Amino acid sequence: MLELVTISTLNGVLYGMLLFLMASGLTLIFSMMGVLNFAHASFYMLGAFFGFQISQIVGFWPAFFIAPVLVGGIGALVERYGLRHVHRHGPVAELLFTFGLAFVIEEVVQMIWGKAPVDYRVPALLDFSAFTAFSTNYPAYKMFELLTAIAIFAVLLAVLTRTRVGLIIQASLTHSHMVAMLGHNVPRVFMLVFGVGTGLAAVAGVIAGPALVTQSNMAGLLGPILFVIVVVGGLGSLAGAFLASLLIGLVQTFAVSINLSVADVLGGIGVAPPAGGPLFDLWNVTVAQIAPIIPYLLLVLILIFRPTGLMGTREH
Amino acid sequence: MSDVASGVANVPAREALSQPGAAAVVRLAAPWLALAVAFAILPAIFTSGSALTMLSLMGIMIVFALSYNMLLGETGLLSFGHAVYYGLGGFLAVHAMNTIIHDRLPIPLPLIPLVGGFSGLLFGIIFGSVSTRRAGTAFAMISLGLGELVASSSLILRGFFGGEEGVSTNRTKLLHVFGLNFGPQIQVYYLIAGWCLLCMIAMYALTRTPFGRMCNAVRENPERAQFVGYNPRMVRFIAFSLAGLFAGIAGALAAVNFELVNSSEVGAGQSGLVLLAAYIGGIGSFIGPVIGAVLVTWLEVMLSDVTDVWQLYFGLLFIGMVMFAPNGIAGLIMMHAPLWQARAYRPMLRLALVYLVALAPALVLLAGLILFTEMTYHLSVKATEGTTISVFHIAVDAASAKSWAAAAILIAGGFWLFRMTWPVVGAAWHEAFAQARGAGSVK
Amino acid sequence: MISRFSTMFCALAATVVAALPATAQDSVKIAYVDPLSGGGASIGEVGLKTFQYLADWTNAHGGIAGHKLEIAAYDNKLNAQETLVQVQKAIDSGIRYITQGNGSAFAAAIEDFVAKYNDRNPGKEVLFFNYAAVDPVLTNDKCSYWHFRWDANSDIKMTALTNYMKTRPNIKKVYLINQDYSFGQSVRTEARKMLNAKRPDIEIVGDELHPLLKVTDFSPYIAKIKASGADSVITGNWGQDIALLIKAAADAGLQADWYTYYAGGTGGPTAIKQANLTDRVFSIAEGVPNDPYQPAREFEKAFRDKVGVALFYPRAVNEIRMFVKAADEAKSVDPIKVAAKLDGMKVTVYNGGDGFMRSDDHQFFQPMYISSFGPLTKDQPFAEENTGWGWTERGKIDTPDTMVSTTCKMNRPS
Repeated sequence: MLELVTISTLNGVLYGMLLFLMASGLTLIFSMMGVLNFAHASFYMLGAFFGFQISQIVGFWPAFFIAPVLVGGIGALVERYGLRHVHRHGPVAELLFTFGLAFVIEEVVQMIWGKAPVDYRVPALLDFSAFTAFSTNYPAYKMFELLTAIAIFAVLLAVLTRTRVGLIIQASLTHSHMVAMLGHNVPRVFMLVFGVGTGLAAVAGVIAGPALVTQSNMAGLLGPILFVIVVVGGLGSLAGAFLASLLIGLVQTFAVSINLSVADVLGGIGVAPPAGGPLFDLWNVTVAQIAPIIPYLLLVLILIFRPTGLMGTREH
Repeated sequence: MSDVASGVANVPAREALSQPGAAAVVRLAAPWLALAVAFAILPAIFTSGSALTMLSLMGIMIVFALSYNMLLGETGLLSFGHAVYYGLGGFLAVHAMNTIIHDRLPIPLPLIPLVGGFSGLLFGIIFGSVSTRRAGTAFAMISLGLGELVASSSLILRGFFGGEEGVSTNRTKLLHVFGLNFGPQIQVYYLIAGWCLLCMIAMYALTRTPFGRMCNAVRENPERAQFVGYNPRMVRFIAFSLAGLFAGIAGALAAVNFELVNSSEVGAGQSGLVLLAAYIGGIGSFIGPVIGAVLVTWLEVMLSDVTDVWQLYFGLLFIGMVMFAPNGIAGLIMMHAPLWQARAYRPMLRLALVYLVALAPALVLLAGLILFTEMTYHLSVKATEGTTISVFHIAVDAASAKSWAAAAILIAGGFWLFRMTWPVVGAAWHEAFAQARGAGSVK
Repeated sequence: MISRFSTMFCALAATVVAALPATAQDSVKIAYVDPLSGGGASIGEVGLKTFQYLADWTNAHGGIAGHKLEIAAYDNKLNAQETLVQVQKAIDSGIRYITQGNGSAFAAAIEDFVAKYNDRNPGKEVLFFNYAAVDPVLTNDKCSYWHFRWDANSDIKMTALTNYMKTRPNIKKVYLINQDYSFGQSVRTEARKMLNAKRPDIEIVGDELHPLLKVTDFSPYIAKIKASGADSVITGNWGQDIALLIKAAADAGLQADWYTYYAGGTGGPTAIKQANLTDRVFSIAEGVPNDPYQPAREFEKAFRDKVGVALFYPRAVNEIRMFVKAADEAKSVDPIKVAAKLDGMKVTVYNGGDGFMRSDDHQFFQPMYISSFGPLTKDQPFAEENTGWGWTERGKIDTPDTMVSTTCKMNRPS
């Protein structure tokens, strides 16, 4: 029992940190620009594939730095020539643009790398077991993921709240005209923010690629969860995204280990099982089976009862 | 904007209302009668089996896309989970059909879409009471979340959703009326066409009611709508429920057509498809989603035969529309409405000619891009099959430098020539409008 | 895509030639309906290449009843309603043979559609050749005279697997983990039933169902398997679900044997090699590339040389060979006559050994092989996915030992 709890906690924290790596960029973009970037998971996927391709040529560590910069550059270009153009047509058009972009990026990745998974390996330096807890090995690579995620969070928070650039960014969000009048190049700030946001997603991709399967459907698998995190954490709050990632990571991991079903709970009290039909299915379903849809339940509940999210600062 | 957007029929209708009597009714009904006749004779023109299937699919998609536009175009609610009502309508319809067959109830097939409609309305009310509390981005997110929730629960509630295989039925086993057993596709087509016409008339009528106008008002400025005395939340809620109703009818028609409904009908893919169709057609007008539905259905069925990367072309088309033609194809057509109303036919003809001239380099550019895409795709993924591919029925060697050079020339040359035509098109446009203004009553 | 154009060209040429007063050489087309774009395309394309190779081979060896054999590709986009649209398209262009395999849900849709179509259009019957959809229901409650299945269904595979496990005394605790849909559920139900009957001493220490193709991190599941103390795991997982599962097992250092259906699919061998699970992952299939049967080895070599991938579907070879045999015997490519010949046909299968198409339910029975994945010896020429490792045969289960009963009540045409 203790073993299961410890291991689930560790796994949950690790999974949550990976999610945070991705959600951090999305929150940044949304809180700074008000654009919900549907294509965010696609940039994550680009990061993974670029990381794979570059690591084939020069190795993992250079790829770790080069790939996010490249993807961030692409993101900045997308903002400059795409999003900015669409901005004048309204928020719906912006959302739809990123929606179409997600689609196109997935197709292009499939076109270039094919639909099968690619052999993206953990670097030899980290390919050992960090420690053993209750006879389960914890790969050092996962520790590296954890440390990187925490480091990024710390750096982001510091930059946004303590540096001049961060203050300009925060001001541009709510008073873009005033900031422009003060002499700052607001469009360039937005381009920078979008580029950095997508670059962060790419970092997540470069790191997650070896741990998970690097395949062209990566974006589709993780995309919806990202939105859940951003909304549950609060549109616009980095700390909220951190909390929400941990929450969802832990909840999903723990849910998988619980084999309780409605039958166990209600049956234990003495309620008789229904004869057939849809209620019968619900009766026998275990918590483990519904683990993947718990985030969506959370999303809907939060949007109904606390629309600003756990720590959100803006209403939309 | 809404005047132009509501289509040509708007002007005659308003004039008609001031002329009482039979003439008014005829003018109101004329477009619909014409449409009914068109629906009736289409199978005589397109006689092959797969054309009939395609027409049936288009009919279903038209109803679905129009119901979606009730949300997006009319009320400004962007939903990513509209397929939930479509799919649930389909599921309830198949279960109803199976029950009718099993219990030998005297209910004929043409009444089944009512079941779908009821289901769509029911779930629209249930989920709508929750979703329509918010608007804008929050609403979009809720719709996404709800959509994923329903799609995921389809694997848990196996009894209702039939698991992976879905639920199947047999449409010929219901009560036969007028000697029709609805086995042949042509009979199914007429059933779908009939219901499609009915729904189109109903939804068009809705846009003409005060309620429809209030939806537009809520879309534009909810706060102001409150000052007039309407609760925006209630307006959205009713619009949402009605949109669900019509989506349910579309789902039931699909269930009748395929005799099979499975969980992908409630999924994100189907929601994305109807969004694509409505948007490409144009959400600013009633006829836009109709155009979009027809186009997208045709592309979806035929494009995959021609190329393996059809999804890429779809996505690029969508992005292109979002960036350059946010009012969709209907919007592009409606831009010329003032010319039509001013009866400035000669300027229009001249403009059309200029368009044709500008089209040529655009097609060259397009050909180059397609060549480039197909060659890249082939080389990277299918290299083991040899390097020759067939583009536009011409054999091209994807590995030879000549092909790549050809693609580069087509793209560069086409783009440059196309660029040169832009000022010409602009000038022709202004001239046409100036002439029309001089000649008639263009505002 | 290429074959589609060449098919059209051939059809066009054929019609032109047929218009001349000479002996017409029509081609018989099989519609291949499987995913050719999007997520399932990597599997769908392999199947298409396999069938195209077999068509070429058939044409080089005398054709089919005097006709040429051609494959027309239709992309079903992994959607059931789309599958039906594509089948309708195929039928409209005159094709009377459909083959499909990736996804039992789509196979069920096709089987249902074909049954209804044949019922409503007598004289225009169409046959459905199922090469990989293994849900048992297709030859049980939903069986149809017009459907023929060449892949051993999930119950047969479990029968063969458990017959092999009967002979392994070191298996004491078994964990079941499967995908939560009809196929995965049938795997776990049959595993329980058969293990209980054949090895009641084996303890089933876990029984897990997880969502299909949605899980990205299997470490919680591996943790549960470890906690249960299982020494063997039975799983019907395929695609990324098996690749990720094995990856997670390697990460956590799980020491167990894996008895699988589809560890040989795309991505599986790479994952196993990465995980260093030497000869601990077993797979049940109707053929092993390294089996010493010489004709099969020659075919495999020629196939790999030409197509560049391993022959994943030995059953496709059986399907086409039996189709040709049926047409030759019936001296016709009319579906009704071909079906009558296929019904109950006995053949020597691709890997040597006897197989037959059971009349009661149109399920093909053949010898099954258990193999494990690991380093190869000198006389084993076939490695997988550039890993240097390959499948080594560990056990053969003869056809009589693979038999399962059926609940099929088939409506035969009079």
